[in-house]
Order: sequence, then structure tokens, then C-alpha cells
Amino acid sequence: MNKLRQIWNWIDDRSGISETFMPLIKHPVPPGSKWSYVFGSATLFCLILQVVTGIGLSLLYQPSSENAYQSLQFITHQAPLGRILRGIHYFGASGMILFAGIHMIRVYITASYKYPREMSWISGVLLLFLTIGMGFTGQLLRWDSNGVWSSVVAAEQMGRVPLVGKYLARILLGGDTIGGQTLSRFFSYHVFIIPAMLFVFVGFHLFLVFRNGISEPPEADRPVDPKTYRKWYQDMLKREGVPFWPNAAWRDALFGSLVIICIIGLAIVFGPPELTQQPDPSIITTNPSPDWYMLPIFSLFALMPPKIESYVIFIGPVLSVIGLLSLPFISNYGERSPVRRPWAVFGVVCVVIFVGSLLYLGLKSPWSPDFKTKAVYAVSPAKNPVIQKGAILFYKKGCQYCHRINGSGGVKGPDLSVIGRSWDEQQLSLQIVNGGTDMPAYGGMLSKEDLNALVQYLRSKK
Amino acid sequence: MKPEETEISKGRRDFLMKLSIGLGSLAAVAASIPVLGALFEPLLRQHQYAWRNVGKAADYKVGDAKLVKFQNADAKSWSGPTAYTAAWLRRDQGDTFIAFSANCTHLGCPVRWEQDAELFMCPCHGGVYYKDGTVAAGPPPKSLTQYQVRVKNGTIQVKTAPVPITDITA
Repeated sequence: MNKLRQIWNWIDDRSGISETFMPLIKHPVPPGSKWSYVFGSATLFCLILQVVTGIGLSLLYQPSSENAYQSLQFITHQAPLGRILRGIHYFGASGMILFAGIHMIRVYITASYKYPREMSWISGVLLLFLTIGMGFTGQLLRWDSNGVWSSVVAAEQMGRVPLVGKYLARILLGGDTIGGQTLSRFFSYHVFIIPAMLFVFVGFHLFLVFRNGISEPPEADRPVDPKTYRKWYQDMLKREGVPFWPNAAWRDALFGSLVIICIIGLAIVFGPPELTQQPDPSIITTNPSPDWYMLPIFSLFALMPPKIESYVIFIGPVLSVIGLLSLPFISNYGERSPVRRPWAVFGVVCVVIFVGSLLYLGLKSPWSPDFKTKAVYAVSPAKNPVIQKGAILFYKKGCQYCHRINGSGGVKGPDLSVIGRSWDEQQLSLQIVNGGTDMPAYGGMLSKEDLNALVQYLRSKK
Repeated sequence: MKPEETEISKGRRDFLMKLSIGLGSLAAVAASIPVLGALFEPLLRQHQYAWRNVGKAADYKVGDAKLVKFQNADAKSWSGPTAYTAAWLRRDQGDTFIAFSANCTHLGCPVRWEQDAELFMCPCHGGVYYKDGTVAAGPPPKSLTQYQVRVKNGTIQVKTAPVPITDITA
């Protein structure tokens, strides 16, 4: 044992490990920083997990437009433990986005972004967007038909940037179309470019924790005054500060470990998302939709008024970045306690409900035509031949993709199971011929007899 | 040791500082140029949009629309399945063919032709187009984009083109 201690002492003396890291590990932190402080470190643990499992995946993955899909099939179905490895990377991404969001909400509710921690907020906002960028480029690397169409969707969004949009889209895709360079480019974005920026800002974000100290738990009627705060904070630390390790850090370690164990458990039980079709842009019978954390944005695209949408796709993200970055400049002093900032809490609740509703709608996608709906006319044929003809037309003309009847059909338009009770023949034929704000005008596509049959069919729905 | 007593004079110090920073910047810029060249390669490359054969005119009845698959403008030997793209080819009347890009003008998802309904429908956000490509319902800001198409000796040819990118003014 003495010999080992001697060896360690020699290493420590010549390398300066203890001298460099002990002050960081033992630095005093405010007492009472308890469970609400674990979400930032949980995000960091998820990031480390992503780096490690990402390296594992890169050993098996073929980053080329031609072969990426086959190599993912190999990773998922053949490579030993490959399914679990992919699963951890998937749930790790979900965890990272989730905890980054919770961490941000915690920081906002306790106003930890106020003096002198403005830079922590700013770097945190950039980290959030980089994390979302990682999530998007990552799910695209599956390079199934979902991945291919996601890259087109990304290019279309780039296209909305004024003046240079077309060129940005071309740089993003690596050409005019999806092709040999597209996947290599997204691989480079996901594995080199965004992680490099992520590491720089994570390093900066952590450095700031040591420079400015973690924010003390807020108390009502103890406002932040930039003139006196730093001195007050240092005096408070001298008076009642506790060493970061282990007094505060054990919660981070415990929570972070539990998070990682849960992620691995989810990966073993549920596995990664199944791959969809081949990455062939000429296969169009596909239903592209992103992973859950992108669904709120996906929903927003469907629900926004079309007239303003092209503007919003560009201006929306720009305004949200500017808004978030300007927060610590708008209010960097004063009360921090949520008890004294009820509107801040109300705002957070509104945002959470808004994003949650968009996520729920995204899972249901009520705006999409239901291509797989089963024909109602075949299940319960009508005796009257005209009505039966109308029922067949109702299916064949695509009405049923958007309108539900007797429990079958899409939910984009109103349910028509009992439309005959309230609408007369004239109302029905006018609506069918002229369409509506969100319904095609069928006037040019139906003969008089067809129209009559459809109207009679709908009239019979009582 | 006071500053004026250092071994090199102030003028020399200034010169050496400028030299270090200047030369360092030059090296950094020189190394970056080829990297930026790789980043901007898609903008610097020569574009050639070839005509591709996509089928026989005789196979189409008036009003028919079929999905045709062809090599895109920039197929490389390492493109694999992504060397291909698709268009909806419709015989409008007589010998007039229209080739619609399969990309929805909203966010680029692939639209499907529903033959009986005579509508193009998009699965992503519910965009719908009439048979002439104009918007029938949903969020698309403009009509489906068309490829150039011609018939040569009974063979239909489509001219390859970039993925249609909708801009902010649409």
C-alpha cells in the first residue's frame, strides 16, 4: 500500500492533478441547493452517454448515402447488442432534450439568469438549439425514407431564408437534390460540426458555474442588486457555504446515475425506433414524421395559417432566438423568487401546455389524410342502388380519407355519420361542388349523377 | 526587471507581436480556404440537367397519371438508391404530358396521386392539389412544381431539375 501511495504521490506532484481539480471539486456552494439543481447535470450526463454510445455506433455505421441504411439494419438486427446500443442513443437523445428543457424551466422560474449569470443563460440558449440540431440530424442518419424526407423538409425550411435560402438549402443537402453527398454532409454535421460547437459551449457553461458560482435558492424579498450582489454572495459562501463534493454533488451523481440506468432499461425493453423503407427518394408511399421531440414543430407547420407560414418559418426561429437571448438584458436585477414573479410562472405553464398540446396533436396528426381507411360501403352495403353508388364514390373520391363515417375514416374534416339530420340536399351539393377553406372543390370531378348519388348517400346518414 | 530593461526594444517587440499574429492569421486563413471550398462545393459545381427517358407515350391513356422513376440530375456512382427521383407524369390531353415534381410545395414531402379522386395528396400536413397541380386544400403556398417534359419518337423524356425549394415570398 505504501508503495502505491508513493507512486500516486509522484504522479500527483508531477502532473498537478489534485492541485488543479481539488479546488473545483471542493469549491463552496450555497447551502440548500437541493433536488431542483440536478437537471443541468442530468443533461450533461446524457451528453456524455450520447458521446460514448455515438462512438460505439460509429464503429458499425457506414456514413454513405448508398450503404447507411443497410448498416443500420445490421446494427439493429445482427450486431451483438447493437439494438440496445441504438436504443440507448435514441433514449439518451430524448433524455437530453427533456432534461435540457426542464433545466431551462427551472432556471427561468428561479430567475437564475439575472446578474451576474447572464452569460450562463446565453450559452444555455445556444446549447439548447445545438441539442435540437443534434436531435434532428441524428434521426436523419437512420437514412430510411423518414431520414430522406426529413432532409428535404430541412432544406425547404432553409429555403425560406430571404435571398440566400436556395443556396443554403443546396449547401445543406450537398447538391440540388438528395444524392451521394447528402448523408455524408449530415454525418459531418451530427458527428463533427455541431458536437465541436456543443463542446465549446458546454465548457464555457461549466466554467461560468465556477466563475460566478451556482445561484443560491431564491427567497422572496431578497432582490438581486448588481451593485452589491457579488460581495453579498462571497460573504454568504464564507459564512455558510458547503463543499460541492460531496454535500451538493451527491444528488447530481445519484440522479444522473438513475437517469442513465433508466435510459438503458428503456433501451432494453423498447429498443430503438424501427426503420422505415429504403432511402429511395422515388418511393413515395411513405408517411414521414419526426421523433417525438420534433413533433410540436411538425404540428405547428400543419396548423399555422398558410398565408403567413412561409414568413413564420423564417421569422419564428429568428424571433425566438432573439427573444431568449435578450431575456437577461430585459430583466437582470430584482426579485428572483417565483412567489414574487407569478407572471413568469404563468408564462411557463402556458408554454408547457402549448408545446404539450402540439405534441399530442402531432402524435394524432388529425390533418393528414387517412390513406389506410377501410371502405364503409363494403362493410354495410345500402339496399338502394343510388345510395350504394354514393357510398362507393364517398370512398373512391377520397372523401373518407378526411371524413369519418360510422367510425371509419380520417378526422381532418367533420364526422359525417349523421350529416343527413341537419344538412339538406342543396347545402350538401354546394359544399361538394365548391369545397371549402380546407376542402377541395369537387365540381369539376363529378358528373351530375355522381354528385346526386353522393348527396343522396349523405342525406341517408341520419 | 522594468519593461524598458527587457532584452528587446519596444519597437522590436511591437514588430514581433504583429509578425506572430499576422503570420498566424495567414496560416489559419490559408488552411481554411480549401475547407470552405468543400463546404461550398455544391454551389461551385457545374450543373447539367439532362433529359431522361421515362416511358412510352402509348402506355398512357388521357387522364392517367403514373409515378415515373428516373436518375436525378447529379447521380454519382456512390449515390446508391439516392441517385433516383420520381415525378408524377400525367397525359393531360392528346400528346400533352405534364410531369409534376413529387415534392409538396409546403415542406417537400412526397405527394400521392389518387386516381379515382383525381387529387394529389400529401401525407405530412394534409396538402391537397387538383389534377392540374393547383392547390385544393391544406397548407401548400403554391401549385406543384413541374418538370420540363417532351415526347421524342414516342418516348417521353423528363428534364432533371433541382428539388423545388419554396422561398419566403410564396
